[in-house]
Amino acid sequence: MSLLSIRNLTKRFGGLTAVNKVSFDVGEGAIVGLIGPNGAGKTTVFNLITGNYQADEGDILFSGTSIKGLRTNKIVSLGVARTFQTIRLFQKLSVLENVLAGRHCRMKAGLVAGMLKTPFEKKEEREALAFCQEELAFVGLKGQESMVAGSLSYGNQRLLEIARALATGPRLLILDEPAGGMNEQETEALVGLIGRIKERGLTILLIEHDMSLVMRACEHLVVLEYGCKIAEGTPEIVKNDPKVIEAYLGAD
Amino acid sequence: MINEKNKLCAFAAFSLILATAPLYLNSYWVDVLNSVGLYAILALSLNIILGDAGLYNMGHAAFFAVGAYTAAYLNTQFGLPILWALPVSGIVAGLAGLLVARPVVHLRGDYLLIVTVGVGEILRIALINDVFGLTGGPNGIFGIDRPVLFGFKIRKPQEFFYLIWGFVAVTIFLFYRLKNSRFGRALDYLREDMTAAEGSGIDTGRYQLYAFMVGAAWAGMAGTLYASKMSIISPESFSFWESVVIFIIVILGGSGNIAGVLLGTFLIIGLPELFRGFANARMWFFGLAMMIMMIFRTEGILPHRPRVFKSLDRQRP
Repeated sequence: MSLLSIRNLTKRFGGLTAVNKVSFDVGEGAIVGLIGPNGAGKTTVFNLITGNYQADEGDILFSGTSIKGLRTNKIVSLGVARTFQTIRLFQKLSVLENVLAGRHCRMKAGLVAGMLKTPFEKKEEREALAFCQEELAFVGLKGQESMVAGSLSYGNQRLLEIARALATGPRLLILDEPAGGMNEQETEALVGLIGRIKERGLTILLIEHDMSLVMRACEHLVVLEYGCKIAEGTPEIVKNDPKVIEAYLGAD
Repeated sequence: MINEKNKLCAFAAFSLILATAPLYLNSYWVDVLNSVGLYAILALSLNIILGDAGLYNMGHAAFFAVGAYTAAYLNTQFGLPILWALPVSGIVAGLAGLLVARPVVHLRGDYLLIVTVGVGEILRIALINDVFGLTGGPNGIFGIDRPVLFGFKIRKPQEFFYLIWGFVAVTIFLFYRLKNSRFGRALDYLREDMTAAEGSGIDTGRYQLYAFMVGAAWAGMAGTLYASKMSIISPESFSFWESVVIFIIVILGGSGNIAGVLLGTFLIIGLPELFRGFANARMWFFGLAMMIMMIFRTEGILPHRPRVFKSLDRQRP
């Protein structure tokens, strides 16, 4: 059974249909790429999945149950984590505090436990700190825990967003242009990181403009144009699809 | 680490000087310190809402009033001892905070500010008009008992000093811990970026309400202490100007920083007493100081800093 199932998803902004009856599946443990020209509606699809926008029609099934209409934080706690196209870190907070934000939904201590520092709260904090440091080491930001997030390089900010998303303990990780603003070496490292995330048993859905990354990292591609799905399949099939070539290069 | 140690020393020295203050200050100055203490509780409670959660609340005096009137009413009508009324008025004010915040908390920035100004004014006018015959109208409620602690009746300013500043100390202790917990961090996240916080799995709406509730509850308890200290309360003690003063303390001192808020309280409430002789120039100086701050240091005298995690320091060579 597929982990994520998009069914006839439609979203309109006034007269513009940004996403038009899009359906696709993301299998458990797969790396799926969502590609298409600028303005094709890729990020809108992501925003619909994560509850930032509400769909007008269609349904979104995660692990067999509908998550359509749920609030973002609820969807995160069910196991869907994302990164943003325009980096949305807590710029003035430290790197570690940023990752701890992701861990929040897996922790329980509330107001009173926080004030009284109960043994449970202390243990939970210790474990969360250790866990978040491990995630930082995993994405390659070890030793930068105390730095202010805004002072990191662009590429490292992208990695920090991935660490924060991983800290939520997701089953599905949604990456919106993870290589945006990265240089070649950083992109190379990112491909490795995506592979290691897959090895952990996570499913990945990503938007990316860097075609070499998409072709290397993804096993399955979904192509959007003007809000509609125009092609789907392995990178080889999609690359040679006349409709896709037309969408990217324009018809004669 | 040296920095942390220095901070601790400074804090200890400050506490010692303050704790012994009634021994060498006359009653007038002790009373000034008492009002600094009450404002410190109010400012620390507003700091949770304004400084930590980033919600512009300029009607904080309303919750102060709810607490004061709850305590005064329960004490004068039912003879409930003041210190018993303390948690009750905290809860009532907290619920009032919840009630006020629930429909408006999603408003952003200045819109929320305008609404809270309105709430404060509505409450003040309701108090003047003696709604349901509870508030005693413009004259307020008088004959409120002094607090009795272990059979000892607190009367003199020197005695109130220890009650009020004891409460400030407890507040600082609890709020400091709260700040360094999951709850405190959640407030930071929603202040910094609401969308990112929601996307990281934080129920932002709920935490905004919690922030309002905790802040209002503490302001309510400050109200109880105030009512028993004055033994008479009336609507004019809870004017719009009080909300503005508490707001300025938090912004000027350093929103989100407990030490900053305390410093702000001493500057705004304590300093003017030192310059009583220049009463006319006070507001002039006040305004000028605010203008300079807003141009050169918008984040306050002691701004919020990222947390330091002890476990990290230990790992470093």
